[in-house]
Amino acid sequence: MSAQAQPNSYRTGPDERGHFGQFGGRFVAETLMPNILELEKAYEEARNDPSFHADMASYSTHYIGRPSPLYFAERMTDHLGGAKIYFKREELNHTGAHKVNNVLGQILLARRMGKKRIIAETGAGQHGVATATLCARFGLECIVYMGAVDVERQKPNVFRMNMLGAKVVPVQSGTRTLKDAMNEALRDWVTNVADTFYCIGTVAGPHPYPAMVRDFQCVIGTETREQMMQAEGRLPDSLVACIGGGSNAIGLFHPFLDDKDVEIYGVEAAGHGLDQLHAASLSGGRPGVLHGNRTYLLMNHDGQITDAHSISAGLDYPGIGPEHAWLHEMGRVKYISATDQEALDAFQLCSRLEGILPALEPAHALAKVIELAPQKPKDHLMVVNISGRGDKDLFQIAEHLQEKIV
Amino acid sequence: MLKTQPMTQRIEARFQKCRQEGRAALVTYVMAGDPDPETSLEILRSLPGAGADIVEFGLPFTDPMADGPAIQAAGLRALKVGQDLAKTLDLIHRFRAEDADTPVILMGYFNPIYVYGVDRFLSDAKKAGVDGLIVVDLPPEEDDELCLPALKAGLAFIRLATPTTDDRRLPAVLENTAGFVYYVSITGITGAATPDFGKVATAVERIKRHTPLPVVVGFGVKSGAHAAAVAQGADGVVVGSALIDALKGTLDAEGRATAGTIEAVTGLVKELSEGVRSVAKRAAA
Repeated sequence: MSAQAQPNSYRTGPDERGHFGQFGGRFVAETLMPNILELEKAYEEARNDPSFHADMASYSTHYIGRPSPLYFAERMTDHLGGAKIYFKREELNHTGAHKVNNVLGQILLARRMGKKRIIAETGAGQHGVATATLCARFGLECIVYMGAVDVERQKPNVFRMNMLGAKVVPVQSGTRTLKDAMNEALRDWVTNVADTFYCIGTVAGPHPYPAMVRDFQCVIGTETREQMMQAEGRLPDSLVACIGGGSNAIGLFHPFLDDKDVEIYGVEAAGHGLDQLHAASLSGGRPGVLHGNRTYLLMNHDGQITDAHSISAGLDYPGIGPEHAWLHEMGRVKYISATDQEALDAFQLCSRLEGILPALEPAHALAKVIELAPQKPKDHLMVVNISGRGDKDLFQIAEHLQEKIV
Repeated sequence: MLKTQPMTQRIEARFQKCRQEGRAALVTYVMAGDPDPETSLEILRSLPGAGADIVEFGLPFTDPMADGPAIQAAGLRALKVGQDLAKTLDLIHRFRAEDADTPVILMGYFNPIYVYGVDRFLSDAKKAGVDGLIVVDLPPEEDDELCLPALKAGLAFIRLATPTTDDRRLPAVLENTAGFVYYVSITGITGAATPDFGKVATAVERIKRHTPLPVVVGFGVKSGAHAAAVAQGADGVVVGSALIDALKGTLDAEGRATAGTIEAVTGLVKELSEGVRSVAKRAAA
């Protein structure tokens, strides 16, 4: 897999054209290119402006509630009998997931750019809720595109967005899930280029989005480093996070990429199993071009995008962020997968042992912690990112458990 | 400069002919494989006789991010009956066997071409008789991917210029463009709003100050009257969604072609052709 030369650092990408190795890029319609270039310039300026970082820090503390705790999951550790397990508690953020870290950054950027109309795509609804929340806070118009199938399976989040004053548009095209929501958001952007800011929810899309969203999410890993130093006096031995597009994972991983002794595991959604319908682009896909970047995609012989499936709407996407595709090919991060059933089992175990209802997305990461932790010695420090809380999934989980009981 | 390549000859000859006739060219877009491969080939064959000067054949794609509902649905109809890139090239090969002069442009998105393999695609497309390519999601920033290899292989890479392409950006957009320039009349998706024709004329004049290539205009052109309005200033008029709507109106409940399908398309092409021909332009030397 990693026949390529290893770089001195894994943390310097992308290059000026937005490439992580062969992945990334700017594969968009000409109409959008001026906007993409404008965004790139505005982000560069903001990144080098101390007042932007001061604003970020202030809202992170007082509005989002950062830092999120690094919590020693004692009963889970005892139960599994191996590695010492820590939870990075991103589910305690305002709006209940890591998504808000990125949205705060993009909305502050949109304000700097004078954009008054915000559009977003959402799968599970967590990014939509975070966007609706920040738009309410700053008095901005908010339109959220959501696949009609996801609108149905994530009703509580649709209601939350409505309460926050956002307009949720159910997308009826294609497979009516996250990828189609992204298509529709891009169609909106192409139509309303002048006044609209597209707030992408993950580390995908055309450059500069994968790098920008990653930068906004890196607070997860940066805090984890400090917190682990305080708790244990050293860095963790391994990191585990779930991956749809991959924003919570890259946020945790990126600050540790050059710490060669830290093992890093990304967990994709294996749905019904890798030989059946799933959403594991790295395990079951190959390189292609979609939604503005080259990355691993699920597709047929003709490059037609195929249906992804995961019990978790947030992981139900046929692609993955380009930086993950690169880290996969370089062999720096180990990408594995968990099935729907494994995630459901992990959800139940975590709820009962720790009194924490994880979202179905991080339940995939927990499923692999259950597998990995017993293989490790007791002094192995393992961090799993609890990227969101499970309240939004309760109806769906109830339905699944009932099917099994009957 | 890579501007004039052998394979753009058919395109150049066709614009030359239109100029001699003192009129703009009519460029038509239909989707390969919609509603089935044989019908789409029959439509393609009937277009020149109905008044089309250049034919664009759409490559179906599951996720056409710059297309409106009409072309989205057309692509899905084609995919449903198993259309793929290899079969599309085969249809063009069969078209070319009977028509040596009408330029054929393939229009679509990059992923099917990328997955087919760029070199293999260029070689097969050239063999099939393709003259040019329009690939929506390849801006000049990604010229290394397909544009430069295509020019090298002797296929025209036709660029889209849009209302957001300002004078500073225009030279980059035009640099490796060959055949003609496609001006997108609106900021938006195909088949959506009807443009302000006055603004379009101004934009075409602006582009023509930067390039000797013909400038054609598409997006939002639905009728003979629209075509005539665009033909005032532009060297060509592109119509797509309206033809697909006409086709769709004739399909049966299962989405299959009926006796009226081909005629519905050619009927509209005749109207559009009359619109284009109603505007006399100064014949070029």
